[in-house]
Amino acid sequence: MSAPPSQHGEELLAVRQLRVAFAHGRSLLPAVDGIDLRLAAGETLALLGESGCGKSATALALLRLLPAAGRIVAGEVCFGGRDLLRLPESEMRAVRGGGMAMIFQEPATSLNPVLTVGRQLAEVLARHRALGGAAAQATALELLLAVGIADAPRRLGEYPFQLSGGMKQRVMIAMALAGEPRLLIADEPTTALDVTIQAQILELLSRLQAERAMGMLLITHDLGVVAQMATRVGVMYAGEIVEEAPRAAFFSAPRHPYAQKLFAALPDLARRGGQLQTIPGQVPSLSAMPAGCRFAARCGHAWELCRQQSPQWRQVAIDHRVRCHLDDGVASRGRDGGSTAASGEAVAVVAAAPALLAVDELRVHFPIRRGILQRTVGHVRAVDGVSLALARGRTLALVGESGCGKTTVGKAILQLLPASGGSVRLLGEQLGGGARSAQRALRRHMQMIFQDPFASLNPRLSVGEIIAEGMRALAVGGPAAGRRATNTAAVAAVLQQVGLPAEAAGRYPHEFSGGQRQRIAIARALAVQPDLVICDEPTSALDVSVQAQILNLLATLQGELGLAYLFITHNFAVVDHLAHEVAVMYLGRIVEHGRVDEVLRAPRHPYTRALLSAVPSPRLDAASEYIRLPGEIPSPAAPPAGCHFHPRCRQASELCRQEYPPPSRLSATHVVHCHLYPPPGEAD
Amino acid sequence: MPFLPVILWSDVLIWLLLLLAVVLGWLSARNPLWRTAWRRVGRSRAGMASATLLLAFAVVGLLDSLHYRPRLVADGGQGASAQPTAYAVEVLSLLDALLTPLRTRNEKTYSEPLATRAHARETIEVRGSDGRLQQTRDHPRLRYGGAHLGADESRRDADVASRVLQALGLALLAWAAVAVAVCGGVARAQGSGWRQAWRRVWRRDGDFAWNAVLAALAALLLLAMPVALLATDYHVFGTDKVGQDVLYQVLKSVRTALVIGLVTTLVMLPLSVLLGVLAGYFRGWVDDLIQYLYTTLSSIPGVLLIAAAVLMMQVLIDTHPQWFATAAERADLRLLALCFILGVTSWTGLCRLLRGETLKLRELEYIQAAQAFGVSSLRIIGRHIVPNLMHIVIIALVMDFSSLVLAEAVLSYVGIGVDPTMISFGTMINNARLELAREPMVWWSLSAAFFFMFSLVLAANLFADAVRDAFDPRLAGSP
Repeated sequence: MSAPPSQHGEELLAVRQLRVAFAHGRSLLPAVDGIDLRLAAGETLALLGESGCGKSATALALLRLLPAAGRIVAGEVCFGGRDLLRLPESEMRAVRGGGMAMIFQEPATSLNPVLTVGRQLAEVLARHRALGGAAAQATALELLLAVGIADAPRRLGEYPFQLSGGMKQRVMIAMALAGEPRLLIADEPTTALDVTIQAQILELLSRLQAERAMGMLLITHDLGVVAQMATRVGVMYAGEIVEEAPRAAFFSAPRHPYAQKLFAALPDLARRGGQLQTIPGQVPSLSAMPAGCRFAARCGHAWELCRQQSPQWRQVAIDHRVRCHLDDGVASRGRDGGSTAASGEAVAVVAAAPALLAVDELRVHFPIRRGILQRTVGHVRAVDGVSLALARGRTLALVGESGCGKTTVGKAILQLLPASGGSVRLLGEQLGGGARSAQRALRRHMQMIFQDPFASLNPRLSVGEIIAEGMRALAVGGPAAGRRATNTAAVAAVLQQVGLPAEAAGRYPHEFSGGQRQRIAIARALAVQPDLVICDEPTSALDVSVQAQILNLLATLQGELGLAYLFITHNFAVVDHLAHEVAVMYLGRIVEHGRVDEVLRAPRHPYTRALLSAVPSPRLDAASEYIRLPGEIPSPAAPPAGCHFHPRCRQASELCRQEYPPPSRLSATHVVHCHLYPPPGEAD
Repeated sequence: MPFLPVILWSDVLIWLLLLLAVVLGWLSARNPLWRTAWRRVGRSRAGMASATLLLAFAVVGLLDSLHYRPRLVADGGQGASAQPTAYAVEVLSLLDALLTPLRTRNEKTYSEPLATRAHARETIEVRGSDGRLQQTRDHPRLRYGGAHLGADESRRDADVASRVLQALGLALLAWAAVAVAVCGGVARAQGSGWRQAWRRVWRRDGDFAWNAVLAALAALLLLAMPVALLATDYHVFGTDKVGQDVLYQVLKSVRTALVIGLVTTLVMLPLSVLLGVLAGYFRGWVDDLIQYLYTTLSSIPGVLLIAAAVLMMQVLIDTHPQWFATAAERADLRLLALCFILGVTSWTGLCRLLRGETLKLRELEYIQAAQAFGVSSLRIIGRHIVPNLMHIVIIALVMDFSSLVLAEAVLSYVGIGVDPTMISFGTMINNARLELAREPMVWWSLSAAFFFMFSLVLAANLFADAVRDAFDPRLAGSP
C-alpha cells in the first residue's frame, strides 16, 4: 500500500492482504487470495469481474458474514481505525448496519415477507439508533422519502408483496441507510432490475452518496454501471485484483489483458455483423488455481514467465496499478485487436424474401378466476394484438422490460401457450388448430433456446439423450430402422456445429459450465433442423465473455444455415450487434417497429427514447441526458385507458388518455404507435 | 419329501421386493448419477453403520419368510409306505427350525431373564428328609432354564460369566475374520499391500465407510454372540405369560415389522406417484378431482378409517374359514390386508408432495423444450418428470418405513392390528400392558420389544437421512 491516499476525504476502509477460503472436505479452497483495497469517504470503488471471481466473498468477508464453509484465513480489515477481524461478535453487530451496510442483489428475497416495511425499518432503527415508537416512525418515514418512495406514509404499513421490484430495492436501500452507515456495500444492486428501474436506482444511490458523504463499494459485472457510478475501479479475476485505476484512466486505457478483453467482448455497433472478441475458456475453478498468473491460460499475450510466476503490482500511472508481466507497448495494443465490422449488412439483400413467420394480431389472455366457482372476473392481457413478420436469415429483436409480454409472444408462437386470438402462420401454414400430425410436422421448423442454461437441460439425461430427444419425437432422420446409428452420428455432427467435442454426448449437463450448457441447448434446437429459432434471453444468465462466444456462435449459425431468429431480450447492446429489425413492446403491444438503425439511432416513441437513454454505456463520453421514467409498468390486468404509456409519458396529451394511437408509418419499415406522429406521416 | 413348502402371500411379496432391490441396484450401477449418489451413501458413516444393522434385521426377516410344513413321522414305522404322507398343520419357517430349542422349550409361565426359577411362588410338594411330603410356597424350578446346572443352582453366575467370556472371544475371532476379509478385498481392489489396505479401511474419508461397517459389526457381534451362547440353556430375555421365550418372540416380530413397513409402501407408492404426477402435470379437472379425493381421504381421522376397514375384513375372514388351510395362512392374509389398508389410507401425504414438485418441474425450461419438440405427455412424464422426482420418492419410502412400523405397534395396541396369533412388536406391547400392572412387575417383555423396535426404527431413520443427503440435488453439488 504505497499509493498515496486519494483526493477524497479521510480513509474509511483499508483492507490488507485479505484471504478468504472455503472449506471443502478437509481442504481449504482459496476464493479470495490476498487482496488490498482502500476506500475514502465519498468515493465509489467498483469491483468488477465475472462470476466466480470472489467479488461477493470479499464483500461478505468485510462484514464477517461468510457462509458456514467460508473462513477468513489472513489479512486485516481496518474500518474507522479498528481491525474488524479482531472485534468480538457483539461489537461486530454494531458495525454491521451501523458502520457499513449492505444492499443485496435480489430485492424480492432480501425483505422478510411477513413483516411490514415499517416494522423492518424500525428493527434497524431500534438496534443502531435506539429509536422507538413515534420517533422511529417519523425517522422511517423520512428514510422512505429520502429514497424517493411515493406515498410513503401508506407504504410504511404495507408488506413486501404489495411493492414492485424497484420499490423493494428502494426499501432495501432505506434499511441500509437507517443505521447511518459510513460505508455502503452494494452487491450487484441492479442486476435483477429492468433498465429504467436500474437507472432510477443508480441515480438514487449516487444522490444519497453525495448527500451523506458515504463511501461505496460497488460490486458489479456491468461495465456500463461502472462507467456511470465509479470513481475508482478494481478488476478482480480468480480471487485477485489484477488492475486498479481511476475511472477515467481505466476506461480510456485499460492495462491488464483481462480488462481489455472484457471491453472487446462487449457487443456494440462498431463490431456489428462481425465477430466479437471472446475470452477462450473460463475462470479457473477454486480447486485448480494455476501457479503463475491466473489469467495466463486465457490470455493471448501469455508467455513463459506468466505460467511460472505470479506477477507483482506495477505502477503505470498515478493511482493506476496493474498485475501483469507485460510491458506497456505490448499491452496497449489490445483494444483494437477485435476483428472489426465485416462490412455489416451482407444479409440485407434478403429483406424482401417472403415471410417465414407471419404473426397477425396475436392475443394471449389469461383469465383471472375468483371465488369458489372459479368464475372468470377479468383477463390479464399478456399479449394484446401483436403483429410481426420475419423472413429467412433475418433476426427480429423483441425488446421491452420484464412483464411486457415478450416471452409470452415467443411461447404462443411455439404453441406452448394457447393463443386467445389472432393467427400465427409459419411457411404459410396456420399454427394452432388443425390436425395434430400436421401441427407436429410444423413443429420441426421452429425451436426455442431458453434463458437459463441451468434449468433448460434435464439433469438426469446425458447430453446425447437430450439432443436426440427432439430427433426421435419428430422422427428426423427417417423411420425407426437403423435410427440409432444415424442419431449418434447426427448428435456428433450437431455438437461439432456448436463447438463441442463429440464425446460430450456421453456426459451429463452438470459437468459443463454455463456457456457450454447454452451450447448444448442450441445443439438441441438445431438437431431438428429448424428454420426459425426463438431465443428467449439466451445470454442474460451468462458472463460477458461467454455471452460474446454465444452471440458469435448464433451469428455463424445464421450465416451457415440461414436461420431466422426471433430474439427476445432486454439488452440493447445485443440487439445492436445482432438484430436486423427491432420491435419494442410495452404492456402486451408493440409500440415501435423498424430496422435496427431506425429504431436505435432515431427512436420516435417516447418509451423507446427513455429506454435507450436509461441504458448505461460502458464509455466515458456517455451521453448523460437520461430521460427519467416515473413509476413502473402498470399491471396488464388493468392497462390504462388510451395509450398504455401515457401515465409515464411527459409528452402525454388529452388525446393520449382517451384513445390508443393508430400505427403511423414513418418510413417503409418504421412504424410507431404514438399520437405525436399522426398517421399522415409529417415527421416532426 | 421331509417337508411341504408353503408359500404365503407375504413371502411372495417379500422375495419380490428383494428382487426389486437387486434390479434397482443393477440399474443404479448403470446410471452414473445414481451411482455417484449411492457412493455418497457408502461414504456416510452413520448411513453405513445403520445399513449393517438393517442388513442383520433383513437376514432375520428373510429367514423367517421361507415357510414349510414338516412331515409327520408315523409312530409305528413299519407301515410308513402304506400310509399317505401326512404333514403337520403347523406352518414353520426356516428361522423356526434354527430356533427350535427356543421355540419348543416352553416354561409354565413368567420367568425372569436368565432365571433358573419361576417368577411367581407356587405351592410345591417337597419330600422331606424323613420321607414325608411337605407343602411349601416357593419359586418352582424351571423345566428348561438352567436345567443343565442340576441341583447346583448357585453355579449359575459363574456359568453365565464363563459363557459370556467365551462368547466375547468367539465374537472377536469372527470379527477379525471379517475384518481380514475386508482388508483382503480392499487390498486386491487397490492393488496395494495389506498394511496400506488396513490403513485405508480405517481412514476417516475413504471411498466407502468400511470403518463404520466394521465398528457396527463389532458392536453387533459383541451383543449377539453372548445372547446366542446363553440362549441354548437359558431364557435370555425371560419368558412370557404362557412360558414362551421372549427372545424367540422378538425375533419373530422382526418379519412382521418388515412386512408392514415394506409391503405397505409398495401399495402406497404407485397410487401416490401416479396420482401426484397426473395432478401436477395436467392441472385442470384432473388436478381438481385428485385433490378432492385426497383432501376427503385425509380429513377422515386415520385410526377410525383403518379400524372400520380392519373390522370389516375381520368379519369377512371369520365367516369364510374354508378359505384357509392353516391358521398361518389366515394370519398372513390378515397381515396383508392390514398393509393394504394402511397403504390406501396413507398415500395422500406423498401424493401432495409429488404434486407440488411436479407443478414446479412442469414450468422448468427443459420440460417446455420437450413440449416444443412435440414429445407426448406420457413420455414427458416418464422421461423428464418421474426421474426428477425419484429423490423424493426414495426419501419418503425410507422415512415411511419407520413410521409404519410404529403405526403397526399402535394399531395392535388398540386391537385392530395383526392377527392375535401372529407375533409382532404391537402384540407384545399390548400384552405388556397388564404385565406392567403386576406386582412384582414383569418388565422384560416390554423392554425386549422396545429395544428391538427402537434399534430397527433408529437404523431405518439414520439410513433414510444418509439416503436423503445423498440424493437431494441441492446437496449433491459436493462430490
